[in-house]
Amino acid sequence: MGVRQINEKDIDLYFNKINKDAISSGYDLNPDISFTKSLIRGILVNIERYGYDACPCRLASGNKKEDIDIICPCDYRDIDLDQYGACYCALYVDEEIKSGKKKVLPIPDRRSNRDKEKIDNKNKIGNIDLKYPIWRCKVCGYLCARDNPPAVCPVCKAKKDRFEILLNK
Amino acid sequence: MTVEKKHESGTKKGDVILYALSTCQWCRKTKDLLNELGIDYYYVDVDLVIGDGQKELTEEIKKFNPAVSFPTMVINERDSIVGFDEDKIREKFE
Repeated sequence: MGVRQINEKDIDLYFNKINKDAISSGYDLNPDISFTKSLIRGILVNIERYGYDACPCRLASGNKKEDIDIICPCDYRDIDLDQYGACYCALYVDEEIKSGKKKVLPIPDRRSNRDKEKIDNKNKIGNIDLKYPIWRCKVCGYLCARDNPPAVCPVCKAKKDRFEILLNK
Repeated sequence: MTVEKKHESGTKKGDVILYALSTCQWCRKTKDLLNELGIDYYYVDVDLVIGDGQKELTEEIKKFNPAVSFPTMVINERDSIVGFDEDKIREKFE
């Protein structure tokens, strides 16, 4: 496939951006810099190939809407960080892995359960009388009550299209 | 039509097929480990296959790993190792 060559400068730029965002919102990138940069190279290949930052360790469909849950940082990052100390591809890690106390182990892909979870969610959320709808950032769980979600999540910097309505007005 | 897989020659320890992604570092580590162990195997980077071939490969993977995650290693069309599980891979081939 005709994918433009990714150069080191592109990788450093992307690294600096996500590292800054990670630090300001309380996350940590994998301290193994060469591994982390290899993951970023994969993300940049995916941006060239599909037009969005799809997870380098998952097979993207090329349809952004279908893959919105695996755009980095993915919808499963925080829950995998909680359970395994790392996100699926291990771009993000927790304190124990960062400090070398724990090793990254293979993580099963939660994505295969996403359709089931959608249905479960539906059953739990009803409509109540609200002045504004409640939006939830699917990446970090940030909630806000306003007509539309913010352009960028103030906590984790995920874009507007990563928000879902948790409660309708 | 079967999608052609690349061959890495080495010591034959069964029919080993590795389904991988070219962008995935855990797939890279799995290939490196198989190469280090000198195992004879076939691999395919599924993200580089376009059109029907990709669908065909995901169906192949599904039989062993319904989540279709990467890397998936299939041994003798029977056993599978999902993810870069270093201990399991070493145990299988050493």
